[in-house]
Amino acid sequence: MKKLRIGWFTFTCCEDSTILFTELLNTHYKEWLSHLEFVHARILRKDDTQEIQQMDVAFVEGAISSDEQENKLKKIREKATTLVAIGSCAVTGSPSAQRNYFNESQKEEIRQVLEKFKYKEKVLKLADIVTVDASIPGCPMNETMFLEIMEKFLHARQ
Amino acid sequence: MHDSNFDLGDITKGTYAIKLDEISKIEGAASLDIQITQGKVTNLKFSISEWKRFYTQAIQGKPATVVPTLVSRICGTCSNAHLLASIKAVENAYQITPSDQTMLLRKLLYHGLIIRDHALHLYIFALPDVFKKNSILDFDMENPVEHEFLDDAFAVKEVGNQLSIVVGGRSVHAPTPVVGGFMKLPSVNDLKKLIPVLVGIRPKIVKLIDLFAKTPFFHEVQAPFVFTSLVSTDFSYLQGTIHTSKGQIIEEKSMGDHLKAVVIPYSHARGFNFDGDLMMVGAIARLILGAQYLHPKTKETSAAYLKLFPTKNLFYNNLAQAIEILHSIDQSIELIENLKEISPEAPIKPQPKESVGVGLIEAPRGSLYYKLDIDQKGLVIKGEIVVPTGQNQVIMERAIREIVEDLLTKNAMKEKIIYEVEKFIRAFDPCMSCASHFLKVNWS
Repeated sequence: MKKLRIGWFTFTCCEDSTILFTELLNTHYKEWLSHLEFVHARILRKDDTQEIQQMDVAFVEGAISSDEQENKLKKIREKATTLVAIGSCAVTGSPSAQRNYFNESQKEEIRQVLEKFKYKEKVLKLADIVTVDASIPGCPMNETMFLEIMEKFLHARQ
Repeated sequence: MHDSNFDLGDITKGTYAIKLDEISKIEGAASLDIQITQGKVTNLKFSISEWKRFYTQAIQGKPATVVPTLVSRICGTCSNAHLLASIKAVENAYQITPSDQTMLLRKLLYHGLIIRDHALHLYIFALPDVFKKNSILDFDMENPVEHEFLDDAFAVKEVGNQLSIVVGGRSVHAPTPVVGGFMKLPSVNDLKKLIPVLVGIRPKIVKLIDLFAKTPFFHEVQAPFVFTSLVSTDFSYLQGTIHTSKGQIIEEKSMGDHLKAVVIPYSHARGFNFDGDLMMVGAIARLILGAQYLHPKTKETSAAYLKLFPTKNLFYNNLAQAIEILHSIDQSIELIENLKEISPEAPIKPQPKESVGVGLIEAPRGSLYYKLDIDQKGLVIKGEIVVPTGQNQVIMERAIREIVEDLLTKNAMKEKIIYEVEKFIRAFDPCMSCASHFLKVNWS
């Protein structure tokens, strides 16, 4: 059976779902290592590929703060058969999108930083930019739902 | 993504650029740009490229008692450090003294964090460098040594994970610890069940300590700098006074007077120094300043390795973390063995008042400082957070420069420079999510 080609990507967030994923590896690595090919996963390996590779599933964590991130997300979407939004920031934007709701004086405090590093005016959730095929909400992601969807992907392989 | 921008035309003349866009196997996003001109480093910038989430602004106007739940989202891996440091700041502001039972449970929660967070760093991030592999996932199942380390990695992490789950309800963003105590208490039985698994991973860590002690990674920082750490008499990471390698002893509430912000214009995060000196925090600083307070069993087992400290070889941060895992195992076993019962204590109810609270604890990567200004209704007027990676950022960049300059005198090739520098950054164990929660910067 062909290995499932997966990518794990992180945008603006605290990476809690990445951490939870590495904790799930504690009890699932034997099964997953033989069935999964980690095409992109910065937390686990150095990536020498210059471009984003074709993947069966892209797991994407975090919200989108910049045009740079938006473009990368679009590339991931092009190369992924299925795109799964992982965790609260990817699914709803928050809490990373908290600056969208700042009052005027708070906005003024952060204005220089936003301008200097070319932040987007608003922090966006993934679905504001690309089609999201499935979502695992939660802060961190709901572990049970993640395991269920992983099971589904592994069974659907040809 | 890794982009090594080769320019073969110039490389023979010793003029080229190294650009690492997203350094792998660290927590979060960081980048490094090095310009080498005629065999000399002419520019070197280590920058944190995480996009800020502005937590210090976001907590303004929020009740101080809900701040811990919010700031725990600053960092996925050390969320429980942010939780406990901010709880301590609020308790100090409201003059709440947590019960002995609460402190015991916090210590256990924290030892769980140290075990799983250091294990993540040592096995998943640093170990592949020792074995010259790209990833722990590439370890050869047919090779008994590599296979065993792969199994150890996940076994050790899981025990830390379970300890945090039993005590805090979850290992990431633990829901039960609150200002004044615990919302829900663990059962003695569930804790006792952890003793055999803690005992079970002990030999694995002894092996890991030996490995990192014998690994010949070496760089002694030439620039003068000071180690600082909170030192507690039971090496609990949570209590005590701040010690420095210059012999100073400082109360936690005064630490803010010594930490001076350094603006790094190209980085999304800011750096710090200690009274003008370069500083380093983390496991290596804790062992140099407080090794006498390690658990007696840990001291006995690691006696030969403890002789390697004090040191300025910052690669020994890996070794120091491995010794701390052993200490957290030994200390947890003792705390749980001595535990007779858990009393049904409700959290102490906070009485809001106008006040300032400072809370400093040792996060896995070093001192984590919280200062909260609270109004008479108990709402946060202003918050200040200084994370370990901010304190280490300046010396980290300085040390990278030293390493690159040294390698250039030995005519090292570009690939070798990249390998050595990444290995060194990983030994520092920076945490970019923490570093970019972010405060105000003055661009001038």
